[in-house]
Amino acid sequence: MSLLVDKNTRLLVQGITGKAGAFHARSCRDYGTDLVAGVTPGRGGELLDETIPIFDTVDEARKETGCNATMIFVPAAGAADAILEAAHAGMELIVCITEGIPVHDMMRVKAILATFSKNTPVLIGPNCPGIITPGQCKIGIMPGYIHKPGPVGVVSRSGTLTYEAVWQLTSRGIGQSTCIGIGGDPIHGMTQTEALRLFNNDPETEAIIMIGEIGGSEEEEAALWAKEHCKKPIAAFIAGATAPEGRRMGHAGAIIQGSSGTAHGKKEALHAAGIAVAESPADIAETLFSLLGKK
Amino acid sequence: MNIHEYQAKQLFEFFGVMTPKGAVITTHEEAKNIASSFINKTFVVKAQIHAGGRGMGTFTNGLRSGVHIVTTAEEACEVAHKMLGNTLVTHQTGPEGKLVSKVLIAESVEISKEYYLAIVLDRKSAAPMIIASTEGGVDIETVAAESPEKIWREAVHPLLGLQPYQSRNIARRLGFRGKQFLSASKLISNLYHLFEQSECMMVEVNPLVLTTSGEVFALDAKLSFDENALFRHENIAALRDTAEEDPREVVASTFHLNYIGLEGDIACLVNGAGLAMATMDIIKHHGGEPANFLDVGGGATEDQVTEAFKILSQDPKVRAILVNIFGGIMHCDIIAQGIINAFKTTKLSVPLVVRLEGTNVEQGKKLLRESQLPLQAATDLTDAAQRVVAAAASFSNHPISTH
Repeated sequence: MSLLVDKNTRLLVQGITGKAGAFHARSCRDYGTDLVAGVTPGRGGELLDETIPIFDTVDEARKETGCNATMIFVPAAGAADAILEAAHAGMELIVCITEGIPVHDMMRVKAILATFSKNTPVLIGPNCPGIITPGQCKIGIMPGYIHKPGPVGVVSRSGTLTYEAVWQLTSRGIGQSTCIGIGGDPIHGMTQTEALRLFNNDPETEAIIMIGEIGGSEEEEAALWAKEHCKKPIAAFIAGATAPEGRRMGHAGAIIQGSSGTAHGKKEALHAAGIAVAESPADIAETLFSLLGKK
Repeated sequence: MNIHEYQAKQLFEFFGVMTPKGAVITTHEEAKNIASSFINKTFVVKAQIHAGGRGMGTFTNGLRSGVHIVTTAEEACEVAHKMLGNTLVTHQTGPEGKLVSKVLIAESVEISKEYYLAIVLDRKSAAPMIIASTEGGVDIETVAAESPEKIWREAVHPLLGLQPYQSRNIARRLGFRGKQFLSASKLISNLYHLFEQSECMMVEVNPLVLTTSGEVFALDAKLSFDENALFRHENIAALRDTAEEDPREVVASTFHLNYIGLEGDIACLVNGAGLAMATMDIIKHHGGEPANFLDVGGGATEDQVTEAFKILSQDPKVRAILVNIFGGIMHCDIIAQGIINAFKTTKLSVPLVVRLEGTNVEQGKKLLRESQLPLQAATDLTDAAQRVVAAAASFSNHPISTH
């Protein structure tokens, strides 16, 4: 058993004929993910690499291939619509890679998903690297080879900073159960708290790394939840201690507004919950190892 | 993206959010015509720059304050004339100040009471939230800390928008009655239309005022827009004033690079926003000061890397450069080639530390080695930070006079 994705996951890629969509669809397939279909409106009936069927709609792709997870590369202006299309077609997991989706669009998407009384999909992202269960299934843009199966669950708002942490683990011989990039947008699907809850219930996960950044209050909420409920050791890093107030640091969600969303405030909240906080991004894995009392 | 006060007021006017009568002028002649067309003969004359603290600022030509209250049209013209084409220095502009090319002349109003009104996109509830208070004209964070009972919050349904009854509830809670109650309700509803239709992240009116003659006015306006939505709001995108922005950021944005200028002397070039922030943090952690945030993104081309490098190397404050790449989608050899190209076209006089990891790392390192460029290759993140901090420190001690 593993978190959300495994060998049985059947992947659809929305926006499969675009440059990024095709590249990463192939990279996921080459990693071992069971890529079963693609969707690009107007290109239904074609094949990718003479093997993967392309459909006009997600509904049709789901009925024909039984795909149950989707990876979205649709350009920002149409990405919210692509998420809703996947949700209404009954996809269980929606991973939205697209960066730059208008926030008001995401606000409406979340409000609509909240009206689902059953079969509510799990949404990861947008503006995220995706999710990987090393050795089994990769749905995202992360380089597969830096991962290795093992006991550490990783959740993060960033892409390359996650690779950094994963690489620190792998190069010290420690693997990962599942790595989830929840994305850098102010309004997004899965939260830090929801990821912690999944890792806490996952028998494959023994310890957790949580990577946050300035902006919003998700890390503070996750700390409160972890203090009450999490049975597994957590190490954390918060990026943006040197970021100026009021500027968006690349990610739309990484912004300090007034006194809220600072790295300092988040670190205090994590400390108060008994979570070990790495002061340097080079020490994320080491911080977890010291917590576990091994080297 | 920030906009000028006069632009915000024009947007308010378009959406029916009442503000005192006013106009923006760019020449002395316009000032004369505008001022003499007003009925009320007390004017407020305001220099239009993006920085705050205008009232307390000073012009380089000796004129005190970027905000003047005058009582004759002649005086309004005279003050506007002194402001136009001159440089205003405030605590937010830095010592170099900002050139004033537009001046807002508006009718001054007599205030009976001040209020606070804002609409924000609340991240936690993923919905718009109205925030209102009877304590206006002061810092709302102070009010929230000292007397939270004086702040009301009204959640708006993301799919339905603000309902008229909600506007009335807010107006009533603020204490409005009769004709003023109806004006305030209408103003709140119209402000929401602006928020929704222009896809704002925040609209803040501080203060909202009741005048002694019984009118309800938005006296100040602070708007922030979702930059990801600007592609479908040409009218808003057109309000951008690049003269108000850091010139390094303007150049970077034309090459679709995510750059933010800072005050330190160690430049960094990184792929990914989270890693870019973490790189700034680790520089600081080892005793240095970052000169910038720069995320070249996941799919940067060789040309973008070259341009990014030019921006960093042309910054006179910079005393060392750190390149930190964790190649995922980004291939390390692309970064290496970008660095080599940049060396060909720009003269680099400061030390360079490069740390490469991830996809095609060996090809990237080989390219750099074979180029025989004067750079230090770091083994890991800590090594990179320590090397660049040391390099910047020794460079500071022996400055080369090439700038």
